Formats: sequence, structure tokens, C-alpha cells
Amino acid sequence: MPVPEPLYALTVHEAAELLARREVSSLELTRAVLDRIHQVDDRIRAFLTLCEDEALQQAREADGRLARDETSPLMGIPGAIKDVICTKGIRTTCGSRILDNFVPPFDAFVIERLKESGFVMVGKTNMDEFAMGSSGENSAFHPTHNPWDLERVPGGSSAGSAAAVASGEALFALGSDTGGSIRQPACLSGVVGFKPTYGRVSRFGLVAFGSSLDQIGPLTKGVRDAAIVLRCIAGHDPRDSTSAEVDVPEYEQSLVPDLRGLRLGVPREYFPEGMDQGVRDAMEAALRTMEDLGAEVDREVSLPSTPHALAVYYIIAPSEASANLARYDGVKYGFSHTEGQDMWDNMEKTRQFGFGDEVKRRIMLGTYALSAGYYDAYYLKAQKVRTLIRREFDAAFQSHDALVAPVSPTPAFKIGEKVDDPLQMYLSDVFTIPVNIAGLPAISVPCGFPGGLPVGFQVIGKPFDEATVLRVAYAYEQATEWHKRRPPL
Amino acid sequence: MPLTRDEVQHIAKLARLGLSEDDIARFQEQLSSILDYFQALRRVDTENVPPTSHTLPLQNVMREDDPRPPFEKETVLANAPQREDDCFRVRAVLEE
Repeated sequence: MPVPEPLYALTVHEAAELLARREVSSLELTRAVLDRIHQVDDRIRAFLTLCEDEALQQAREADGRLARDETSPLMGIPGAIKDVICTKGIRTTCGSRILDNFVPPFDAFVIERLKESGFVMVGKTNMDEFAMGSSGENSAFHPTHNPWDLERVPGGSSAGSAAAVASGEALFALGSDTGGSIRQPACLSGVVGFKPTYGRVSRFGLVAFGSSLDQIGPLTKGVRDAAIVLRCIAGHDPRDSTSAEVDVPEYEQSLVPDLRGLRLGVPREYFPEGMDQGVRDAMEAALRTMEDLGAEVDREVSLPSTPHALAVYYIIAPSEASANLARYDGVKYGFSHTEGQDMWDNMEKTRQFGFGDEVKRRIMLGTYALSAGYYDAYYLKAQKVRTLIRREFDAAFQSHDALVAPVSPTPAFKIGEKVDDPLQMYLSDVFTIPVNIAGLPAISVPCGFPGGLPVGFQVIGKPFDEATVLRVAYAYEQATEWHKRRPPL
Repeated sequence: MPLTRDEVQHIAKLARLGLSEDDIARFQEQLSSILDYFQALRRVDTENVPPTSHTLPLQNVMREDDPRPPFEKETVLANAPQREDDCFRVRAVLEE
């Protein structure tokens, strides 16, 4: 069989087959991806740090392990890592000036796992500062551009990870999802993005934003690849006390091309009046495809607390963030203002000059919501409504195997369009946030290109039932051609 | 219920966050409109509903307290903004 060109356009599982048959070496594959980065990244700007020397070294090591007949699904596969995940010896900025020069002394759990598997890290990807944002524009360094239309945002906060996978600058990427930060950029950039159940993947070494919401997951060109990467990074880790001791199944075994016997629910609150017509049409077509594949689709599901999820999230996440980000004081690492009048002045100016606007806004919001006199009205109230949201999902899952809903209310918007209106920007996450509040697994899958821009749906599953989520996503993907489209770069 | 300028400055003080005059004016307006949006939650009936702090059925996770070697001193101090010998250097914390 001739080796398909170009190599950077391969999926993870296609590349793994070629590597296993020695038809391609990891060094060739890695060089092809690095060349692609040099060819397109001055337009995309997906990366904050490239690790070319390390990547070539890792590729040679992977080729050595392959020659010794060692096998592992990610051996020799070039991937990119969101810059919120600690990588030993490689700077990790979180998209922030305050960590501009921070070099972690340890690897995150997921990086340990990927290294054991023999992956090749080509670089660290751009993101909204501390994962706070829905467009990538809150990066302290530069915006990332949508590969389908360079004047538009790729979504956020995992902006660089989504854009890198979409444009062939990595075969897969890791992102993090606190309120939609994997699924929304995956949707707007036309790739697959999977947020696992809270507790499925260790957060050890993930720089904390909203600790009760954060979860690491894969961004890939297809559903099979998402299953492969998740299998590699999932599992219990005693260093994260919220890492669950739940068995990790062989996810690839759940990938079957039909939906017979499954009952899918469509929550009506996710189809509001005045919804974008392109998104609505693509959703309707996707649901009909799922019926054709044998699923029973119930369009009468209701999750009545859905409209409150946004407020709940923008109280809980900033509250947790205001506590988590207290550690950036300019003493042990990161940017430090040293010319102030005294210690307090230095600390306040370190944070003033180190953090960008959105991070400051959320620290302020969270500090207010937790402050004396307001705790009950905001934080505690939000936690109670959180319970209601979770209970409604639990009830829906009594009679449905999974739920299907849109990911983003609109296709990708223009760079600059929403930067001056934080509340409008927050509304980009209105369909992704409830999943984080309830701690559920959800995958974003492309389902159309109205006006030439990708849109997607999400499959939301029961806690720790990633297998069913993947099955629904895979059957749909295999019945359609969307996943084969690549942006014209 | 718009935030006052004093309230914005008070929150910034609690968060040890320096703000410029521009920041104060902008945040006063933006935070007020966001807090206004939150008011919708007041109408939700949460009588007898317990709060959820996280979604896992976990409480008090324990592990053995096994001693492990710490990071090397140089590894940890490598990121220090200001260093003196083997210490992080900071301005005086206590007044004279």
C-alpha cells in the first residue's frame, strides 16, 4: 500500500498503523508535522512554544521502541499540549504574562502517561489566559486564528489545541474544559473534542482554574482517535484526591457503526427561540441521521434549570478561581514586580501587571461572591442551583442512554467582535456549561458547515459512561462525511 | 444594584489586586451588569436543597503519608524571581 500524503493529515489511528508496519517512521511523521507548522503557523498562531529538538529526540526514541516491537497506540505520534498542563523543563505559561518564564519542575499526570506511551510533543498551544475565555483572544501573547476563516476566532479557551489539530499542526492535542473549553473550540474549528467525566482524568499538574469543574481531554480529527487518547490518559491517580477509582474500559470496543437499541434525549431548552438557523438545521439533520442509524430520539426531554446554568457557572468558577489564583504573588515563580514601596505594594502590582483584564474581572467577581455578607446570596445559592441542575440530568438519564444538544449557539465569530462585552462572550458557553456543573462526559462532533464554517453537536452521557458517548459520536461520524473535510490553507 | 467605586476598591484590596483608575471605572460598570444578571437566581426555589461542592460521591479521601524525596533545591529555586543563597528573597513582611 502506498503511504498516503501528506503525512500531517493522517489521523492518530492511521499513523499508528503505518508506524506499526514500518511504512513510516516517527521521525518522518514528526518532521512532516514540524514542516506543516512552519508552513502555516504564522497565519494560525496555534503555538506559544515549539519543542522541535525535544520532538525529534522523542521521535528517534519512539522509532527505537517500535524497532524492538514495543507497541502502544500513541507510540511515535506527534501531539500538542495546551499550555495549562505542566511539562517538565518546558515553559508553561497558561497564556499569561504572570507565568511567562515559568518552567515546571515536574510533568502532569497526563504527560507522564503520554510519555510512557511514547508520544512526541511538538509544542505547547495558545489559550485564553488561565483558560478564561471563549475565543482565544484573552491570551496575553496573541490571538489564534480559525483555520476555516482566518478573520474568525477558533473558539476557546483551548484555542491553539483546536486550531492545531484542524490545520494539521498536530495529529492530536490535549485541552482542558471548565465550562466548554474543549468542546466549544472543537466545534468552531471543525474537530472532535471530548470532556470526560469529572474525576476520570487526573488533574495533577493541570494548573487550577475552577477545581470542581476542570477536566483534561483530547481534541482529535475523529472519534476513534478521541477514544484512543482518552484510554491513554484516563485512570486513577492518588495525587489528585478527586481522581475516581473507576475502571477504564477499552473504549475502542464500544465503537460500532449503528445506534440500535439506544434511546437518545434532546433537551428542548437547548433550542431557544431565535436560535441560529444554520445550527438548528444542522442539528435537525444530525438527529434524523441518528434515527436512521437505529436510535430512538425523544425530542420531549426538559431540563428546566438550564437557563440558570450560566449564572451558576459565573459564580462558582470565578469563586474557585479567585482562591486558586491567590498563589500568584511574585514570590516563588513567575513575573514579579520588585520596585514597589513595600511587600504589599509589590504583590498588588505583580498581579496588576501580570494578569490580563478577563482574569482580573473573574478574580474580582469570585472575591465578591465569597466575601462577608454575600456568600449566602451568591456562592451558596449557586451551589444549591447546581444540585437542581445535576438532579435534572440524573432524571433524564433514568430513561435515556445519552442526550444530544448543540455545542455553540453560533458558528465562529469575528476576532474582536465580542471582546468589549464580557456578558456576550459568556453567552458563547451557554450550552456547554451545564455539563461541567453536573460533572458529566460530553463529546463535540462536527455536523455541518453552514456558510462554510463548522458547527457541531454534543453527546452528553451518564457519569463514567464515556463508552456510550463515544458510540453515539462514532456511529454518526461514520455515517457522514464531515470529518473528512480539511480547511483550505 | 450597581457596585460603588468604594466597593470595587474594597474587593480589589481583598484580592490584593492593583487597579488603575481606568480599571476601577470599567470594572464598576462591567461587574455591576454581571451581578445584575446573577439576580435571576434569586427566583429559583432552593428551599431544602443541599449545596453541591463537587459532583463525585467522594468524601475524605485518605492515603498513606509515605515520606518521599522532595525536589532538589536548585530545581525549586530555578524559578525564583529573586534569590539570596538558598532562599526566596522578598521585601520585609513585618514593619520595624
